[in-house]
Amino acid sequence: MHPIFTSIAIAGPETVLTLGSLAALMLGTFSGKGPKDSRALTVTSLFAVAILALAGFTLLDAPAGITRAFDGLYVADDFSAFLKVVILAASAASVLLALPWLQESGSGRFEYPVLLLLATLGMTMMVSANDLLTLYVGLELAALPSYVLAAFHRQDDRSAEAGLKYFVLGALASGILLYGVTLIYGFSGSTQLDVIAGVVSGQTERSIGLLFGIVFILAGLAFKVSAVPFHMWTPDVYEGAPTPVAAFFSAAPKAAALGLLARVMIVAFPGNIAGDWQQILIFIAIASMVLGAVAAVAQTNIKRLLAYSSIANIGFALVGLTPGTPAGISALLFYVTVYVAMTLGSFLVVLQLRRPDGSPVESMADFAGLSKTQPKLAAALAIFMFSLAGIPPLLGFWPKFAVFQAAIASGLIALALIGFVASVIAAFYYLRLIKIMYFDEPAPAPFGPLATEGSAVNGAMIAACALFCSPIGMLAISPLVAATARAAAALFPA
Amino acid sequence: MILSFMILLPVVAALVVATLPGGDEERAGRARVVALATTLVEFALGIWLWTQFDQSTAAFQFTENLPLFAPFLNWSLGIDGIALMLIELSVFLMPLCILASWVAVKKRVPEYMAAFLLMESLMIGTFAARDIFLFYLFFEGGLIPMFLIIGIWGGARRIYASYKFFLYTLLGSVLMLVAMLWMVNFAGTADIGELSKVDFPKEAQFWLFLAFFASFAVKMPMWPVHTWLPDAHVEAPTAGSVILAGVLLKLGGYGFIRFSLPMFPDASAQLIWLVFGLSMVAVVYTSLVALVQQDMKKLIAYSSVAHMAFVTGGLFALNTQGIEGAMVMMLSHGLVSGALFLCVGVIYDRLHTREIGRYGGLADTMPKYALVLLFFTMASVGLPATSGFVAEFLVLLGMYQTSTWATFVLTTGIILGAAYMLWLYARVAYGKAAGDDTRAMPDLDAREIAILVPIIIATLWMGIYPKSFQTPMKPAIAEVVARLEGRALATVPTDMSLSPAMPALAAPAAAQESHH
Repeated sequence: MHPIFTSIAIAGPETVLTLGSLAALMLGTFSGKGPKDSRALTVTSLFAVAILALAGFTLLDAPAGITRAFDGLYVADDFSAFLKVVILAASAASVLLALPWLQESGSGRFEYPVLLLLATLGMTMMVSANDLLTLYVGLELAALPSYVLAAFHRQDDRSAEAGLKYFVLGALASGILLYGVTLIYGFSGSTQLDVIAGVVSGQTERSIGLLFGIVFILAGLAFKVSAVPFHMWTPDVYEGAPTPVAAFFSAAPKAAALGLLARVMIVAFPGNIAGDWQQILIFIAIASMVLGAVAAVAQTNIKRLLAYSSIANIGFALVGLTPGTPAGISALLFYVTVYVAMTLGSFLVVLQLRRPDGSPVESMADFAGLSKTQPKLAAALAIFMFSLAGIPPLLGFWPKFAVFQAAIASGLIALALIGFVASVIAAFYYLRLIKIMYFDEPAPAPFGPLATEGSAVNGAMIAACALFCSPIGMLAISPLVAATARAAAALFPA
Repeated sequence: MILSFMILLPVVAALVVATLPGGDEERAGRARVVALATTLVEFALGIWLWTQFDQSTAAFQFTENLPLFAPFLNWSLGIDGIALMLIELSVFLMPLCILASWVAVKKRVPEYMAAFLLMESLMIGTFAARDIFLFYLFFEGGLIPMFLIIGIWGGARRIYASYKFFLYTLLGSVLMLVAMLWMVNFAGTADIGELSKVDFPKEAQFWLFLAFFASFAVKMPMWPVHTWLPDAHVEAPTAGSVILAGVLLKLGGYGFIRFSLPMFPDASAQLIWLVFGLSMVAVVYTSLVALVQQDMKKLIAYSSVAHMAFVTGGLFALNTQGIEGAMVMMLSHGLVSGALFLCVGVIYDRLHTREIGRYGGLADTMPKYALVLLFFTMASVGLPATSGFVAEFLVLLGMYQTSTWATFVLTTGIILGAAYMLWLYARVAYGKAAGDDTRAMPDLDAREIAILVPIIIATLWMGIYPKSFQTPMKPAIAEVVARLEGRALATVPTDMSLSPAMPALAAPAAAQESHH
């Protein structure tokens, strides 16, 4: 068989997603009476979920070990497989959770699931990238549909502004990243990660050019994961973008970008130079944890709050990357998995709620007395908040535990101390939402009925996320950590 | 499996209570019954545990070990005598708390009962955990139900109090968690029994001790990090105060005896000046503060801080009498201050104020109540034949061997304690009633008597025949003392004659010592 066919077979999920997104585009065009026909949206959404599931199934019979394809541009290993499962699941959830909202808002165009499929394709490429060019292509493929999604509610000024802001800053970040890639290529002679690693570890003296390249790459990727000091776009985009899109942004792209960051740093820059990028990462992690915690205290908008929460959480996840050890990477993957469930769950609850006049809930004051009017949703949101705050025995405590355990095992005790103190500050604003829901009396006008269509599916997803984040989810620790440890080991050649 | 069962039963009951069917009234009624039944079963199990407990060994008993949550932590349980007695205290107070809230709590009864059941499960878990991270899980997990109990069912400033309680204790605890992670990384085991045998480097012990101290001192609470306690107590519902004073404050003392003393013996011996110093300040300062309180609950809260200073003083005497005294003090304080909060709850339910000035003359209008309050006032002061006396005597005896100075200052606490408690009693029970509504208050009813009489019996039992409570703890305490033996003590003034500033006092003290 021609090598190109072997390669395509190895890149199973990507192949399915590519063909599937094209098919979804056709399906959407021909299944409805016009671009605003909600039937087209429903059919395309369900088809997209099926495609995502199918892509997941192709991972099942992937060969064990590390398989390279497309002349080393692409790699399939346990690491990429694990992250792809997380990304595909988060994307599928993002498609489903948006359905009732889109149908209601009147901008129910079938392009939404198609764009999401394309973005997901980019993300799967990101975590499988074994070359700085594949990395860039994957990143852009994920980013371009995201810009459109942010502005999806195009009649709304805020949504359009969010899209534009995201696009301008994202393009800038991509430029910085690309400049870093050229520097790396110039000083190492290759764009392939393992070849760079060979050159880097052969060097006896520190190469300033390489270091600059690393800094630029880190800056570009920090923008993608919304780490401080490249986080400024996050609250504005979360606030302006339609809520389901914000939910999507907070989950799958974060997992993909963190995975990408981990692979580039661990595979391409091991050994002596690792100390240099660790310094930068420690700063980014601390800054993200502290700023995410402190800045969120003053927020009154739930979406902005969740945006700052995601910044802080990225900081905690990056703590797992700083030691550069298998235990740390394993903790990072564990963190990402649990974080995705917590944040998607929180957004799902927000999406379920409507003001009496039917407009979506955005202000935190709207949650007053929710425990009386909607006890189940309030309980679920309380679980997510306590979990995000990292209070045991909720599952959200254990990812923090894991990353700091890895940090302390590598002697980064000060980092762990600062991180835990930041988590106490962060606990304040998570508690505030619980206080509003449980301690305050309901506002005079109680919440109207829940979103009707599709809310059964969303309700089930909330229940699943809440169960996972509750103490019962601790039973998932053992299998999950076994999987993340296996995935992490793939980055460290024996 | 008995410990697992005792931990899981309240959780299951809490889930049942929270999801009961029916209307509001029906649900409330059923929730009360289910909660009371569960806590009574737990109490029965606790008694059975005591009868089955082998009092001759310091080893952990009723052990279980399941690698359920590997690699982070194991479901590893087991108790020694110290844990046993604190579990007994918890399961004893719990049904009384449920009864005390029977009519006082009217809103969201099922959720209230569920929160208390969760609390019980977490408390038992804290004392039964044998894996250091499992301990942390239960230790911290208790914050969530307590936060909700104060915040939802508390008084006017409940939100401020609940935040303060939560964030204060959380901040202390995360420092401890960092230390725990370091220790487990160093020793390669998370088993509390094995960690107690590891000799950590002396340099490290110092920092580890301080990290644990940050957590336990807040929980205890010790001066100057005690300020969350009066706020939390005043705003918590009666039963919340009972659990807070009765059991949650014991977590700090339990932490010291389970972790700080055996795991960092050198640092403990070196840092007794710190603990003694804070205890001395706490006893005098909080006793004086208690004297001027207008709010009954606040007064008892400050007296709790003073009593807890006796516990820390006794523990860091680093000898058998001191530690035993501290343990008895914890049990005694759990009973007595819990009962005092219940007594405040009784009259609060009638008049809806805790202001001392609004009462008076209760000895005439509520004779039974006055008698009960007098009993617990005396127990709090430490009258012989009550548990408080045994505790204070043992603590002072132990401390005297380590530092006569600290003993001297703590002894003044007994006098001050008598002052504020007796004055409180005089203002509430004697004199004239402050108003017609005060005079019209009915005396104790059958339910209230049923709550208070068991505590009276237990207090007398502990005061007259403390051996029943001390015997199970002896081997475990001996083990702790053995770990501490031969550690270099910090240079504290152990004898009053060392201080030239107080020659008049030095002579009798020295004479007493030689006599001793």
